Amino acid sequence: MDSTHNIDDLIEDFSFLDDWEDRYMHVIELGKTLAPLTDAERNTLTKVKGCVSQVWLIQEISDDSPPVVTYRGDSDAHIVKGLVAIVLKIFSGRTAQEINDIDAAKILAKLGLEEHLTPQRSNGLHAMIARIKQDAAKLL
Amino acid sequence: MNFDVEKIRAKFPILSRQINGKPLAYLDNAASAQKPLAVIEAVQSTMQHSYANVHRGLHTMANETTQSFEAARQKVCEFLGAAEANEIIFTKGATEALNLVAYGLMGEIEEGDEIILTQTEHHSNIVPWHFLRERLGAVIKWVPVLENGTLDLEVYESLFSERTKIVSVVHMSNVLGTINPVKAMAKTAHQHGCIFVVDGTQAAVHFPVDVLDIDADFYAMTGHKLYGPTGIGALYGKREMLERLRPFQGGGEMIEDVFLDRITYGDIPHKFEAGTPPIIEAIGLGAAIDWLNQFDRAEIEAHEMKLYDRALAGLKQVNAFKLIDDAPNKGAVLSFTLEGAHAHDIAQIVDKYGIAIRAGQHCTQPLMEAFGVHSTARASFAIYNTEDAVDRLIKAVHKARTFLS
Repeated sequence: MDSTHNIDDLIEDFSFLDDWEDRYMHVIELGKTLAPLTDAERNTLTKVKGCVSQVWLIQEISDDSPPVVTYRGDSDAHIVKGLVAIVLKIFSGRTAQEINDIDAAKILAKLGLEEHLTPQRSNGLHAMIARIKQDAAKLL
Repeated sequence: MNFDVEKIRAKFPILSRQINGKPLAYLDNAASAQKPLAVIEAVQSTMQHSYANVHRGLHTMANETTQSFEAARQKVCEFLGAAEANEIIFTKGATEALNLVAYGLMGEIEEGDEIILTQTEHHSNIVPWHFLRERLGAVIKWVPVLENGTLDLEVYESLFSERTKIVSVVHMSNVLGTINPVKAMAKTAHQHGCIFVVDGTQAAVHFPVDVLDIDADFYAMTGHKLYGPTGIGALYGKREMLERLRPFQGGGEMIEDVFLDRITYGDIPHKFEAGTPPIIEAIGLGAAIDWLNQFDRAEIEAHEMKLYDRALAGLKQVNAFKLIDDAPNKGAVLSFTLEGAHAHDIAQIVDKYGIAIRAGQHCTQPLMEAFGVHSTARASFAIYNTEDAVDRLIKAVHKARTFLS
């Protein structure tokens, strides 16, 4: 499945969820699908600053031209881990240019999760996306 | 006066708010309390009717404002049971009060001198003392916390040496609610010739404080948890202690004379109040104290503890609920974890039901470490909370448990 499908699937899945309870349940379920990082991978370099819960993101860059950037991530909190999973579905497996061009706010609004995105919210979704965008900018 | 929570709630406009379509249940009072109309009106009335800078003015409004400002100092003095209003320094909060003490004592600390703190301290009563460790080579010694949330007083007694200079202790823990035996601890500290500092941030809110009875050399408190405005707190210090303390900040109001080659300082409390003080906030704090004084404090305490007991009884039924401490003598602060769930998850989910609680480390990393937890969820109760709010909290935590299994 290519990565565009990921976003479309995500939006379609969420479109069936009417209330916040179902959306939260689904976010938490998505978090459970992430393979946990090892203790060694959870380090100060991979840790995303600006999250009150702990979040770790690991970037891998392929040898393709242009290179494809994939991410693995984890959190110690259920909801945030679900948000990590969503962020990975949106951004992972893409080129730096694609990452740069993605309007995450628009997608999260479609998922009914836009309340999580403001920089003042301490869940770190904003910080995660900023980190991924910055990483991508370095490759452009 | 009979305690009537509905009548009290009617004086807090913010409590009628809806959060996520549900009535607000505000149970984050240990972080900051909401403000009654008496405080809101005092702040507004000052700005609307009589406001000018304090102390040096010669015109009518300057005199009026100075009077209100100094009246607020007198109220804090009586509230803490201090001997004279000049022993009350206005600060921007308890954090600044504690920093003021630590900074003021820097001249008296030499490398190897010892400071005793407890593992139940808030970072605001840890970090200022770490400055003395970093800059002067002071040594910090720790009173451990026992499993039930009380301090290990045997260890406390054994920590003193001839190098011990300062003991600084929180009166009531912001995480556990434990009330530490500061009076007995002060006695021990004084027997060893040490200065005894108390962080009264939470304590001043929940029960009457008497600094003379405690025999505290310094006592820090804040306004915003006491139903007053933010940006205002107070440091009590015994007159001889404050006179001994080095000034914290320099500027206007705190000096007697300024020459090109020397300065002389003003008397206390002004020596510690450089620049224009938080005038409006101080008057607001005075109004908060007046407002609180109309109640029987014991009745408020009983009300809050009744809510605590009800919450605990209900939450104990939630699968894998764990209370952090069960100290025998405590205020209405309930810290807990649910096994397998992060405290942030709990707080986020109960927020969806209109319930505000705190989750995290509560600025008490050493305490979290002592209890072997990364974070806790915390419900803290105030005068205006109801049994209904507690029941909704219990229900919402049950919900969170289902979500997070």
